[in-house]
Amino acid sequence: MLHLSVSELSAELSRGAVSSVELTRACLERIERLNPVLNAFVTVCTASALEQAGQADLARAKGDTRPLLGIPVAHKDIFCTKGVRTTCGSRMLRDFLPPYDAWVVERLHGAGAVMLGKTNMDEFAMGSSNETSHFGVAANPHDLGRVPGGSSGGSAAAVAAGLCPMATGTDTGGSIRQPASFCGVSGFKPSYGRVSRWGMIAFASSLDQAGTLTRSAADAALMMRTMAGLDHRDSTSVDRPVDDYPNELDKPLRGLRVGVPIVHFAKGLSAGVEQGIRAALAQLEDAGATLLEIDLPNNHLSVPAYYVIAPAEASANLARYDGVRYGYRCADPTDLDDLYTRTRSEGFGEEVKRRILVGSYALSAGYYDAYYRKAQRVRRLIRNDFASAFEHVDVIAGPTSPHVAFAHGAKADPVQMYLEDIFTIAVNLAGLPGISIPAGMENGLPFGLQIIGPDFAEARVLNVAHQFQQMTDWHLRVPESAALEGH
Amino acid sequence: MEWQAVIGLEVHVQLATRSKLFSPTATAFGAAANTQVNPYDLAMPGTLPTLNGEALRMAIRFGLAIGAEICRHSIFERKNYFYPDLPKGYQTSQLQFPIVGRGSIRIECADGSERCIGVTRAHMEEDAGKSLHEEFANESGIDLNRAGTPLLEIVSEPELRSAAEAVAYLKKLHSIVRYLGICDGDMSQGSMRCDANVSIRPRGEAKLGTRTEIKNVNSFRFVEKAIEYELRRQREVLEDGGTIVQETRLYDSVLDETRPMRGKEESNDYRYFPEPDLLPVVLDEAFLEQLRSELPELPDSRKERFEAEYGLSAYDAGVLTANRDMAEYFEQVAKACGDAKLAANWITVELLALLNREQLEIGNSPVSAAALARLISRISDGTISGKIAKAVFEQLAKDAKDGKGAGDVDEIIEGQGLRQVTDQGEIEQLVERVIAANAPQVEQYRGGRQQVLGYLVGQAMKLSQGKANPAQVNKLLREKLR
Amino acid sequence: MAPHEFQYNRGFLAHTPVPLDKSEIDKVARLARLRIGPGEADAVAARIGEILAMIDELQAVDTAGVEPLAHPLEVRQRLRADEVTEHDRRDELLAAAPASRNGLLLVPKVIE
Repeated sequence: MLHLSVSELSAELSRGAVSSVELTRACLERIERLNPVLNAFVTVCTASALEQAGQADLARAKGDTRPLLGIPVAHKDIFCTKGVRTTCGSRMLRDFLPPYDAWVVERLHGAGAVMLGKTNMDEFAMGSSNETSHFGVAANPHDLGRVPGGSSGGSAAAVAAGLCPMATGTDTGGSIRQPASFCGVSGFKPSYGRVSRWGMIAFASSLDQAGTLTRSAADAALMMRTMAGLDHRDSTSVDRPVDDYPNELDKPLRGLRVGVPIVHFAKGLSAGVEQGIRAALAQLEDAGATLLEIDLPNNHLSVPAYYVIAPAEASANLARYDGVRYGYRCADPTDLDDLYTRTRSEGFGEEVKRRILVGSYALSAGYYDAYYRKAQRVRRLIRNDFASAFEHVDVIAGPTSPHVAFAHGAKADPVQMYLEDIFTIAVNLAGLPGISIPAGMENGLPFGLQIIGPDFAEARVLNVAHQFQQMTDWHLRVPESAALEGH
Repeated sequence: MEWQAVIGLEVHVQLATRSKLFSPTATAFGAAANTQVNPYDLAMPGTLPTLNGEALRMAIRFGLAIGAEICRHSIFERKNYFYPDLPKGYQTSQLQFPIVGRGSIRIECADGSERCIGVTRAHMEEDAGKSLHEEFANESGIDLNRAGTPLLEIVSEPELRSAAEAVAYLKKLHSIVRYLGICDGDMSQGSMRCDANVSIRPRGEAKLGTRTEIKNVNSFRFVEKAIEYELRRQREVLEDGGTIVQETRLYDSVLDETRPMRGKEESNDYRYFPEPDLLPVVLDEAFLEQLRSELPELPDSRKERFEAEYGLSAYDAGVLTANRDMAEYFEQVAKACGDAKLAANWITVELLALLNREQLEIGNSPVSAAALARLISRISDGTISGKIAKAVFEQLAKDAKDGKGAGDVDEIIEGQGLRQVTDQGEIEQLVERVIAANAPQVEQYRGGRQQVLGYLVGQAMKLSQGKANPAQVNKLLREKLR
Repeated sequence: MAPHEFQYNRGFLAHTPVPLDKSEIDKVARLARLRIGPGEADAVAARIGEILAMIDELQAVDTAGVEPLAHPLEVRQRLRADEVTEHDRRDELLAAAPASRNGLLLVPKVIE
């Protein structure tokens, strides 16, 4: 039962084969058993989850049939949850109780989903391995010695390990898609502006976007139907109709034009991943799609441009953590400067501090034009590359990550870690929707196929991903039980 | 050496919106600490700004009023610095593309000439909270009620040449924002705050001298005194062979001096960059046209109209239009009584003196426009003399002060028997009594000393307790003494 | 499709990362209100130097005539009606504060 999809679970709940309370209890038990080794959750809400599940069962008994009613969900600990500790993976917010719910939390709660708890993540979403979390690294369910990816590593690991059927995540440079690739789940990042950022703790405001981690693209479509929409509290939330994602899934692929970026098949891509992705593309072709090579000539500039823009925005977004209104405060500050400097130096981890320094430097007098303005110009070049490509193709497909999950501690060098996101970052700079879906295994470890669409083509991206999953079973592979059940 | 003062003002005007610039929280003055604060105002994680449309419209109205360019594509930016009254660690402001571009403001100088002072720009930004240093022994208390109140920062060119000009500019600005209804203009509550950049240079020198910035001066009078002090100080330093240090200074109104601010002295690097949580403010013609059509008549054009339409002197028209409420009061009185010049005299002399004495604004005048118009009508129609009218006016003011409500001019006149005596027979009796009682003066008059007539008229008026019609008295006296 | 070099391999790796000098690191740390201990200064400077070297690849691109892109969404700001919809929640909101008294947030005494 714990590896069923959301729609399958919904059907089971509808026909009374299981109640939401039973399903929730099963999740909670599995979390209790496996979280000590996975470290996917930082907070588990046992009592409130069971209570919400009970209410869902009552509603169902009264005829409520909404698709997410009674389905357990885990939220990345970047989403504020009213009265429930929200840490953002940081010592700075170790004991922070928000007085409000994030939009994403409100919407899923309103749809009847049951909140199990909050998942582990890189501190302030700054990382690609979950290793920068104040609460320790989460483990990859396929190999406990490897990272789950990041920053939404806890959510990806939780879904992969069957701790919950669906989870939320955020993606600033690949933080949903890369862990989805590493953990063998479906990770969807919508277009910038499609899901409100209200209550989602900011890393880089012009890049951050909420999305989903699920077992299938069809489940992502169900979640997105609930999460997408206009929220007046977020000025960057778009006012445009939300497509009926679940109803668009079944469109056949005949005539679909798939762009294959040559630059995503460069040396450095692991042989197994390259082979698997080429096979996946061939399957799309078999289903009636046409493959077309495309050029993204400025893709190599996406990592440098991102590492100016994201740290710059972060340096301002994280200035509010000063020990005055909430969060960590150093002991016995001697004066105002001491309060600020010690609070921030003690409250933030190494990677966060590094990015604040880089961002402050890039914005400081004399460097603004050379770094920040330059990066913004390059950002337009990168967006233009996609716009040109989408004149000829409907979606773009390629690898999500150059390789499978790496071992804990394998990437100690920050620049090497930043290059992890070489295939995903440009999508954030351009604001496009993208998904990573399981497309193969290398040495028993999963890797993902990334599908990218034009602005607000969520329905198309989910449709292509769903069609691929109708032809393949990579998304149904569960982690080898030995790794998990031994505990 | 002869020195020239170079002064530029940065004026922060609190826009009179109900809610804050980026959050739907109240902006009322004087609420208990931190009761007008929401999660955004506290910079809680995950909270986001929305833009108050009324604040934007107010800023644009100001720009249109001073003939400035309005930026069709303005953006907000983050100005980064740490301070306890700045919860986000950055102030959302505008640097590159302020909503209001170059415009100008006309001021009148002491010698009656006019000057146009350039306004470099005006931009929207959020106000900071307040730090209270006196409350506790070892700590400062932070109240964020004010944080996020919309401000329009209006920056002048360094074209003001004296403290008096600076005050004239500030008063004109005050007048414009009050006419527009975009700010209550209450400097004592900080609704309008002024920073002055002050330097001096030898007359004829093109290069600017080193300037100092005087922060947060909160009354017209203190602006004048602070600038005067600072000009004097700079002159003394330079004449003693010293150099001016570029610094921020605070004005101490008790000691009447400026002195360098402590702390906050490290050179700031604000690292401005576009605010990613807000999108560009894009304005179309129709929106601007709508705002332009809704602009009220402004002080300069109203002054010109008063001169042309009512035949007022430039001085009177200036005094009456400096304040929107005053101008409207005047027009009501002038229209109702039909004698604009008399109305202008009564307002600029009697009413202003009364308001000054009672420390009242025109909006709370104890004598209503209708009452003053009635009073003036009673002078015009001969019911009372000008002198009696002053007594009635004082009675009206006294009644209001004593809480007797709005007095009625005619009731006072009738009730106190103040109606002017115009009965020919009565006046004749009066005149005869005066002639009988003042034989020596009558002799002098008849001997050719014409000016004695005034004394005799005065005696008759005194005898009538001021109620006799002076023109009739005058005429009859001349006839009788012929 | 022909195998293709990762383009980033050409760019920044050709640079020799130059560590920031200490005064620059100190200045930026001061701006950000972060303290870098004497023992970690060299390591921090070296790491940041590597990142800046990677970023410096941008300098090689010709962006003449390219407008900066601040935001993927090229739409205009919405306006909110000027209405007060928040009520006093002081006690609830200040509960999160590490130090408060009499409704005020507390910081060490500020001297102006």
